[in-house]
Amino acid sequence: MTQPVSFTLHVLESRDGASPDLSLCDESAVHNSFQQLLQEQSMEEPELELEELELQELTLGGRENLAAGHTEAWEEPESRREHPDFSSATLLILADMPSRTIGRSQGAIISQFYNRTVKLRRRSSRPPLRQVSRSARPSLRQYDLELDSGHAEQKDTHSLLVKELQSLSSSQRSHMLQAMPVSLAEKRSLRQELGGHRSTLRKPDKTRRPLSCCGQLKHVFLTGFRSLWDGFLSLLHSLQPWHHSLKQISGRFGSSVLSYFLFLKTLLMFNIFLFLTLLIFVVATQAAYPPATKNSRLFTGLELLTGAGSFTQTLMYYGYYSNFTLNDPCTPVSSSCQPGRGHLPYNMPLAYVFTIGVSFFITCILLVYSMSRSFGESYRVGSTSGDFAIKVFCAWDYKVIQRRSVRLQNENIRTQLKELLGEQQSKSRPMSLCRKLGRMVVLSLAWAVSVGTVVGCIVAVYYFAEHMLKVHRDSRDEESSEAQQEALLLALPVVVSLMNLVMPYLYNLLAAWEKQESPALEVYVAIFRNLILKMIVLGLLCYHWLSRKMGYSTEDNCWETSVGQELYRFVVMDFVFTLLDTFLGELLWRLILEKRLMRKQRPEFDIARNVLELIYGQTLTWLGVLFCPLLPAVQILKLVLLFYIKKTSLMKNCQSPSKLWRASHMSTVFITLLCFPSFLGAAIFLSYTIWAVKPSIACGPFRMQETIYESGKTWIQELEKSSPNITWFTWIHQHLVENTFFLFFVSGVLLAVIYLQIQVVKGHRRIICLLKEQIAHEGEDKVFLIQKLQCIYGKQETCP
Amino acid sequence: MAPNIVPMDYTKDPDVKLPIQLIINMPELKENPFKERIVEAFSEDGDGNLSFNDFVDMFSVLSEMAPRELKAIYAFKIYDFNTDNFICKSDLEKTLNKLTREELTAEEITLVCEKVIEEADMDGDGKLAFADFENMISKAPDFLSTFHIRI
Repeated sequence: MTQPVSFTLHVLESRDGASPDLSLCDESAVHNSFQQLLQEQSMEEPELELEELELQELTLGGRENLAAGHTEAWEEPESRREHPDFSSATLLILADMPSRTIGRSQGAIISQFYNRTVKLRRRSSRPPLRQVSRSARPSLRQYDLELDSGHAEQKDTHSLLVKELQSLSSSQRSHMLQAMPVSLAEKRSLRQELGGHRSTLRKPDKTRRPLSCCGQLKHVFLTGFRSLWDGFLSLLHSLQPWHHSLKQISGRFGSSVLSYFLFLKTLLMFNIFLFLTLLIFVVATQAAYPPATKNSRLFTGLELLTGAGSFTQTLMYYGYYSNFTLNDPCTPVSSSCQPGRGHLPYNMPLAYVFTIGVSFFITCILLVYSMSRSFGESYRVGSTSGDFAIKVFCAWDYKVIQRRSVRLQNENIRTQLKELLGEQQSKSRPMSLCRKLGRMVVLSLAWAVSVGTVVGCIVAVYYFAEHMLKVHRDSRDEESSEAQQEALLLALPVVVSLMNLVMPYLYNLLAAWEKQESPALEVYVAIFRNLILKMIVLGLLCYHWLSRKMGYSTEDNCWETSVGQELYRFVVMDFVFTLLDTFLGELLWRLILEKRLMRKQRPEFDIARNVLELIYGQTLTWLGVLFCPLLPAVQILKLVLLFYIKKTSLMKNCQSPSKLWRASHMSTVFITLLCFPSFLGAAIFLSYTIWAVKPSIACGPFRMQETIYESGKTWIQELEKSSPNITWFTWIHQHLVENTFFLFFVSGVLLAVIYLQIQVVKGHRRIICLLKEQIAHEGEDKVFLIQKLQCIYGKQETCP
Repeated sequence: MAPNIVPMDYTKDPDVKLPIQLIINMPELKENPFKERIVEAFSEDGDGNLSFNDFVDMFSVLSEMAPRELKAIYAFKIYDFNTDNFICKSDLEKTLNKLTREELTAEEITLVCEKVIEEADMDGDGKLAFADFENMISKAPDFLSTFHIRI
């Protein structure tokens, strides 16, 4: 091995024991693979350091690096710069530390990442850790332990802290104050001090001048406004519905069951929004100007279930709404306008279609926003490892306050830890081929059964729907009573709801037989199967309604009203069957378990199944809004009743779930499911209906048009004709909305952005791995340095 | 909670501290196995006697709105039984015993402690510093919802 030319660090002469085992030619062979990276890196550094590094790489090789194949230090020049008065021996030792001897490529990657993101990190609300004074770290609470060092030091740290906070921007400052582990009194005094300092900073030469009267007024106004706003926020918080009930539920059952009720509350908010918009813009205005036709039917109790009968010619359904401008001062007959009577015309068809379109659009935005926010909270890059640590520190639910539930939680955690330990042991023993084959057979059989049941259900629903259509036509021809005809209409909803009730239990049995590896996977598979069944059945029904155009209706051939009625029936039947399920599944099962089988166990609240039922109900509402504008009101009533019934049943009959349930993760999954198959499907159905389906001629706001969309087009054409100045508006409509190129362009841009973000996440993952290794190496530093110290100051003969 | 000790009028900032026994009998804390540690972590003197400000502090950190960093800081303090700013093996053993009401065997406890330190300790010193703890907490999205007491 050649002796190196002497260079700035005088390293090699003093080295005796740590001769690298690799020969020189091997080292250069390793380095050639990094040649390009070396060149890139060296182009950024000044010439002197380049020389040093190149010379180093010929010779150095630390012990710890050989195993990893890294052969030189890269932070040498930095340490020289930082500690110019360290002796060369110290620098030699520092150079040898495990964390400094990582490979060049790794070091280059980390330093490049740091340089590129340092600006981003400074911009974020949390200031970088290096700038944060020690006082803001957890040890601040212990500064009272240093009382013997005197109050002076406390004052020092306090004033240091104030200075630090002053140097930050106001948003960073408030974030910092919030996240500091000091008592509220301290925070208040800090804030006051900072507020005081701020005003003196603005007028540096007039330190104690009282504020002018304008400034005083402004100050008073601002503080008054601030206190009003705080009061309003606290009022809003106390107005949250069901605050006490939610506390009771979380106290007894924990966060997992609570997530179901929170989801129900979210759905309620969506429905209230939809209902209020429709009420104000569509229903109330039509109610003020009822059409000429009178309602001829009398109210019998059956209407509540079937939605037909006397409800047909009411505000509930599409057919009631007028297709002309309400309260029009220009009557078409007299062709003379009398606008002076203080009348405001209201174009009903436009209002109908725009209200529904805009409320769907806003619902879409709200859904996507809440989905992305929930996803951001629950997904972490690189969060796959660490089961035990997370179980020990994050599994205890502090919300649970009842003694029995706490005991149950203890048992659950114990069981989960034992399961995890068992899994670890079984992972170390791989499965034999025979067992693997057995598992494959079981899995494929289970999937075959579930797919088979879905197909079977679809075929059954299809033929049953056709059959019921025929029966209804026959009964109409035979002229049986109206009530009987309408009662027949209930058959299809009952069958579909029954299927939705029974199939999930079957899937649960299947899952118990299958015995998946992890309980999380079990839950996902059950949700997936359930969801597929519900969505495909709904899709089939939509196709059935649109293609047959509902030959059910006897009056005016108004197929939209019939579809609206059908959806109303579905919603009501869904509610009835949910009640039945609560009654049978929870109450009866508990009685059977307790009295007959004498088991102390109570039934568990199946969160996934219940949430999917909620999603199904909401999909029905969204599908039916176009045809039955009051359907959101029905859904609101249903959700409120469901809350109280489920809560009562839960309290009396159920026990908390024993399986692991990652509440925030599952909440994200549920809101994603609400957005993607459910809302998207309803939006597609709505769009198709508006764009391509011919409305019925005899009823509704779009009687005379080819498609509902045409009303919008006609309006724009009229606008163009009436005022030629706003051609830009029609131009937008023609070239952006109608032209498909624009849509493709927007989709392309979106896809590109998504691809970029995926690459960024991949990069982050890699950096996280590198940084973790770096931390591990720095930990090894300590061991290394301690050994070196022992060597130098101890009496050991043989030291490495 | 203690109408005879706590005065109604706080404008003069009286120095009233409630003893730990009264606070851990609150319904929200009564059944919590970590109740003593929670109260001790928020008290100024480390013994569990809370003044009104400390009390408000405690519930504000345990509320929904507290930021994740703040909760992580106090969670670390709660699980650090011997208050040496590290969660060492004995702290972990005590935590596990409280979590499972001492129903795990000694062997299982040792195994779990080893696994936890293996997973979370990044610098290899055999115990968890605050940075390790915070890093591990950041990987658990449920932490915000479980480390939360409703009042």
